[in-house]
Amino acid sequence: MNQQSSVLYDVPGPRQRRITLISSIAATFVLIAGAYFLVYRPLEEKGQFSMDLWGPLVDPSNEYFSQVWDRIGYGFKNTLIAAALAILSSLVVGTLLAVLRIQLKHLGRRRFTGLAAPMSYLARGLTTVLSAITRICVEVFRGLPVVITIFFVARGFPEFGISFETLWYLVIGLTIYNSVVIAEILRSGMEGLPNGQAEAAAAIGLSPLQTTRLILLPQAFRIMLPALISQLVVVLKDTSLGFIISYEETLNIGKQIIGVLDNPIQVYIVIGLMFILVNYSLSKLAQYVQHRLSRGRKTAGTPAQNPPPATLTAQAEGTGGI
Amino acid sequence: MNVLIDKFDVFAGGFWLTLQICLLAAIGALILGAVVAVLRISPVPPLRAVGTGYVNIFRNLPLTVVMFFAAFGLPALGSNADFLRIPGLDLIFSRLGTDLPYFRFALIALVLYTAAFVCEALRSGVNAVPAGQAEAARSLGLTFGQNLRYVVLPQSWKASVVPLGSVIIAMIKNSALVGFFGVVGDLSQTADQLTSAEGHAFVPVAIGISIGYLIMTVPLGALLDHIEKRQAVAR
Repeated sequence: MNQQSSVLYDVPGPRQRRITLISSIAATFVLIAGAYFLVYRPLEEKGQFSMDLWGPLVDPSNEYFSQVWDRIGYGFKNTLIAAALAILSSLVVGTLLAVLRIQLKHLGRRRFTGLAAPMSYLARGLTTVLSAITRICVEVFRGLPVVITIFFVARGFPEFGISFETLWYLVIGLTIYNSVVIAEILRSGMEGLPNGQAEAAAAIGLSPLQTTRLILLPQAFRIMLPALISQLVVVLKDTSLGFIISYEETLNIGKQIIGVLDNPIQVYIVIGLMFILVNYSLSKLAQYVQHRLSRGRKTAGTPAQNPPPATLTAQAEGTGGI
Repeated sequence: MNVLIDKFDVFAGGFWLTLQICLLAAIGALILGAVVAVLRISPVPPLRAVGTGYVNIFRNLPLTVVMFFAAFGLPALGSNADFLRIPGLDLIFSRLGTDLPYFRFALIALVLYTAAFVCEALRSGVNAVPAGQAEAARSLGLTFGQNLRYVVLPQSWKASVVPLGSVIIAMIKNSALVGFFGVVGDLSQTADQLTSAEGHAFVPVAIGISIGYLIMTVPLGALLDHIEKRQAVAR
């Protein structure tokens, strides 16, 4: 905040400080009054603060308390399982996809001179087709909503006679979307590296695959670590979409509880707080890692790498998914 | 593949409804996001706290929770979101005026959620302006308003247009969720309706729905890439 104010305002003098103090007090007053009349009063009038509605969630002596929290715990465990599986598989698939796209780009430059003419044309055609296919896949799955991907997976797989538990539909749906995003994050990280890295690797005789695996990928992971952690937040938020295919995650459990106790506002406040707590700590972790990385880079005296394009980081900062 | 041709009007209707909600939500989110951004960079600490709190809450909640709040919490409070029945506007966007409130609920949820990201995009733009620029403007004797208008905002606008665009793309994708919260006839609900209730073949419907979304997201993404490349060259 200090840095923020220093951009737009001068250091306040005594008069300015007085004005700020007075307007702070006025603003606090207006905000409290607004909160009272716009939030507290309507809630009070509808009896939303009654212990009948809050009791099962906050009062340990309530008859439903342990049952309700058992269910919420079960749902939260399911959410975490789905999120963990989804993030792991999207990391693996995303990395493979990024490496594949970089490799295809290298192959596209090769002329295959060692082979007979028809064979070399075939090889070149094949590379072009493959890289076009991966490109189209990336564009399509990045442009489709995750909800729709999950829905298509859950509706489409049984259509072709493949059926799993709902957990796997959710994981597959999330993986399709997030692996594509992660692949793009990693690819832009690799392409943002200074050219000298790949050139030096080629000069000491590494093959393109070795270059990617040993030189480019580790550095891309390092640069993109904050973006990748932010993607974790996205995945965790997106698991809440499991309710549309009736996977028993936190929100679905919440719906069941509401069906019995009829206290939607209270249940969603509690569930919302749980999500905020976990996601906020994850975002803070991402910020901390970014801070550490930028400090590390400065002390090492290495040239500053190209920053990742804003589209990707913005997408990775939690706007990409739901 | 017949369903694509036979039911073309259904797909087109779904596309139009999704486009409507996206347009309205984008306008709402840009306005609300700008207000929150002003709060976040204002010199008054309580207002700043409100802005920061808003962003932290809505950025960390899944949109699903916000939607549930809007769709189940508002009725529990006896609200039908009637303030959104804006005369004139509901002639173009007919769903705003209907008695079923779900379109309005979905709109509220989408606006509240997206505004947090819009605020962050705008703020990151202001942060990207080097401090020396505003300092130089102040030492030239420009007032606060002139400083913002001639020095800070033109530069911050450049830095925030790409993030803003990706926020809007994300919002278009997020709008697919409204079909599962009672809004009848948008693209995602159409997918559900055609495949489950009317029993059409899955693959053609999936293709039709996907095209509907890709028409909106892919060109916008390409445009952003273009702008970003041009800016990178200009710098």
